[in-house]
Amino acid sequence: MLEQVFAQEVLQEAWDIIRTQFPLAIWETVYVTILSTAFAIVLGLPLGVILVVGEKGGVRPLPAGLMRTLNVIVNLLRSVPFLILMVLVFPLTRLLVGTVVGTVASIVPLVIAAFPFIARLAEGSLREVNPNTIEMAQSLGASPFQIIIRVMLPESVPSLISNATIAITTILGYSAMSGIIGGGGLGKIAMNYGYYRYKYLIMVAAVVLLILLVQLFQTLGTRFAVKSDKRLKNK
Amino acid sequence: MIEIKNVTKVFSTAEGQVTALRDVSLSIPDGDVYGIIGMSGAGKSTLVRCINMLERPTSGAVVIDGVDMGALSERELRIKRREITMIFQGFNLLMQRNCLENVCFPLKLSGLAGERKWQRQRAMELLDTVGLADKARAYPAQLSGGQQQRVAIARALATDPKVLLCDEATSALDPTTTASILELIRSINERTGITAVLITHQMRVVESVCRHVAILDGGVVAETGAVSEVFAHPKSEAAKRLVFPDGDAVSATQVPDEHVIRVVFNGSLASSTPLIAHMAVEKGIEANISYASTRTIEGREYGSMLLGIRQGEAVFREAIAYLNSQTDVSAEEVLPNA
Repeated sequence: MLEQVFAQEVLQEAWDIIRTQFPLAIWETVYVTILSTAFAIVLGLPLGVILVVGEKGGVRPLPAGLMRTLNVIVNLLRSVPFLILMVLVFPLTRLLVGTVVGTVASIVPLVIAAFPFIARLAEGSLREVNPNTIEMAQSLGASPFQIIIRVMLPESVPSLISNATIAITTILGYSAMSGIIGGGGLGKIAMNYGYYRYKYLIMVAAVVLLILLVQLFQTLGTRFAVKSDKRLKNK
Repeated sequence: MIEIKNVTKVFSTAEGQVTALRDVSLSIPDGDVYGIIGMSGAGKSTLVRCINMLERPTSGAVVIDGVDMGALSERELRIKRREITMIFQGFNLLMQRNCLENVCFPLKLSGLAGERKWQRQRAMELLDTVGLADKARAYPAQLSGGQQQRVAIARALATDPKVLLCDEATSALDPTTTASILELIRSINERTGITAVLITHQMRVVESVCRHVAILDGGVVAETGAVSEVFAHPKSEAAKRLVFPDGDAVSATQVPDEHVIRVVFNGSLASSTPLIAHMAVEKGIEANISYASTRTIEGREYGSMLLGIRQGEAVFREAIAYLNSQTDVSAEEVLPNA
């Protein structure tokens, strides 16, 4: 078995595939991940803000019915397995992108899956803001919008960066899964060569690269989060 | 002028309704340093939050310079709050912003002072006022508690307020730092004529800077008046507890056949005759000092003393008469277990 895996011609073939296909695959994985995360933050962060400020006793309470509805939507989207969600959002993907297969098309289900997740992460970060700090801003005449923009978001920046890092590594994992519906990237290569054609070396190489990417994003994210936090004295 | 008129505040909690304030009425004159003192749970933090409507009174009104705070719209209230700023026990600085940006914060909120350069200049002046010009670029986490409170004071002054509300502003600080922060508040009050309202549970805060005091007990105003007056003649039980914190401990240690006199110093000159020694020499009355707590405020003595007399009823009456004949001193009998 091992001899087969590491035979000269097998190695040669694997190297050829890695050399010719991996650069594009890495690029596709990175840009799909970053683009999806960016769109998901655009949708998820404001939703997370609403989940915190809109509740009873929040900075800008919203109708209880609306808050319940938002919470149900977030929970619903979060409980659908990503594989199923990809298929479920086909109509939306077709509407937005024109097709349901391909790298660009895979961004749509990724965003749909990720934004409720990001909303919950942002909600957690914003809840960490000291309520006394918010009261201070109110005592100085800050409006609800000013409290969000000038107090809650800036004060939770380190936590938001940490959570964005969790989000980006999770989305990277999802993007690999989207290889199944024709999304590009390392996930597709791992599926096509490893799963369908039993080329284990290629699969292992793709998985190793995915791990390295996760490591890279996590290291950078942690570094930014720590660097941005002015509460830490010894820097 | 801050007028608090019949303010009642009821909170609804899981255990039912809790009345934090009951029919509280106070008036705080312009330019005063006004202490509101009470034990924890007396409702003082709720009361100060009713002044700037962080808490809406359940009934009653707060009128500042003729404006009924409760009648303002949200927007009008936000603008009004620039005139009534606040400092807190926990300082409540923006931890991700440096000192300069913290002081600029209310200016940015107001939107009036649009120009960034002007804002920074104003903030630097204020930091200079509180003695922290060299810490402009430092972050709150790099400062001590006292320094953080100074930054908070600079921030509270940024919009040129008429009233400074201090909610237990020195309770998290050590005695030396407390004194320096109170001195800062006093000097700002003297220089700018700002009205300062100090919420505290510490008697020494009131005695060192306040001119008037209100004693809050169980959500009710027990007593109000000039600080020296309340210290000399505490009328209510709550005031007596604060002024004579050890008063009740006396009866337990009282010796049989001993008469106890409470002597109150009501602003007698600190440099006047040694009272107890004179009583012994002139009248032959031997007084046993079992408790004494006096403070010198502006060169005059305030406080109380408990004397034990074991020479019988007649001598005891004579001692009371002698003490009462002295200027600014009053004496009364303390009954056992009173």
